[in-house]
Amino acid sequence: MSTLATVATFAQNTVELEAADFKNSQAATGAGLAYGLAAIGPGIGIGYLVGQSVQAMARQPEAAGMVRTTMFLGIAFTEALALIGFVVFILLKFA
Amino acid sequence: MLAAIMAAEESGGGLAYPPIENLVEWPTWFGGELGDSLYGFNKIALISVLATLVTALLFFLAGRGRKMIPKGMQNFGEICVDFIDKQVVQQAIGHGGEKYIPFLISIFFFVFFGNITEVLPGFWMPANARMANPAFLGLLTLVFFVAVGLKHQGPKYFINVGFPPGVPKPLYILVTPIEYLSTFIVRPFSLAVRLFANMLAGHILLVTFGVLCIALFSASLLGAVLLLSFPMLVALTAFEVMVSFLQAYVFAILAAVYIGGALHPEH
Repeated sequence: MSTLATVATFAQNTVELEAADFKNSQAATGAGLAYGLAAIGPGIGIGYLVGQSVQAMARQPEAAGMVRTTMFLGIAFTEALALIGFVVFILLKFA
Repeated sequence: MLAAIMAAEESGGGLAYPPIENLVEWPTWFGGELGDSLYGFNKIALISVLATLVTALLFFLAGRGRKMIPKGMQNFGEICVDFIDKQVVQQAIGHGGEKYIPFLISIFFFVFFGNITEVLPGFWMPANARMANPAFLGLLTLVFFVAVGLKHQGPKYFINVGFPPGVPKPLYILVTPIEYLSTFIVRPFSLAVRLFANMLAGHILLVTFGVLCIALFSASLLGAVLLLSFPMLVALTAFEVMVSFLQAYVFAILAAVYIGGALHPEH
């Protein structure tokens, strides 16, 4: 019974959506999409990068220090894209 | 059943996530206009001042009364200098970059102390989660590596930046604007945004789990989930300690790479 009432109230509210609400909902959807999409590429990139680095370190342990530094550099560059997506998320959601 | 529990929790304890302004904006303590957070002295400013003082004090104590056989603070100072030398300077600049260790070590420790307050009780806020600090550090790095370039290459530095050798002549129409843009605008911007977004994301993550744990603590039946979410909060705190260190390291090594690039023209 109470569930029915909740659904009815929700439907009524949906009809009475105002322009501001519509804009907010669009911004929230866009924010979620922005971060989700921005995380895909860097996720694949960092996974590939670290995997290859581990392989390089395993094959040539004496070069591990050099590989590690370069790996962190690569991660820093790759990660920046995901972080810009996160900033866009914050801007869309809260600004 | 679950819906009923959820509804009960909703009316009783409930999960009230604070608005984002409450997470990152702090009231002004003194100075500036009241209510105007732009010029006032608040928690972020206090953390920045403390980070500067602690860094200075650390190396003042380490460098006082130097001995051939180090002990106490001198040991710690030598480990820090050795770490920056071996892991940052030798990797990114190479031999001859030792005179940039003071700059890089200052950057490293200022960033690190600004980050680590994220998990320090009483602060619970990384100073670098406000854009002012990372933006200033990014601009400082830009000024520093341009100065190094001007000192070592003369005014030709600005030409060398835009015209890397080994590129077919017509392609310079494309390459030169990209090089200028990436060197003088994207570099400081990405340095600042990387640090800022990492710390803000970590701060929001910790706050989210903290709020969740408090809400679950006062919940009746759903409180069983606390057994999962509280260890997660502890693990995330440890993770953020690692991120604090790693971001300081990445900032220092990128600054070193940019300085190393400015030392010699590409060939």
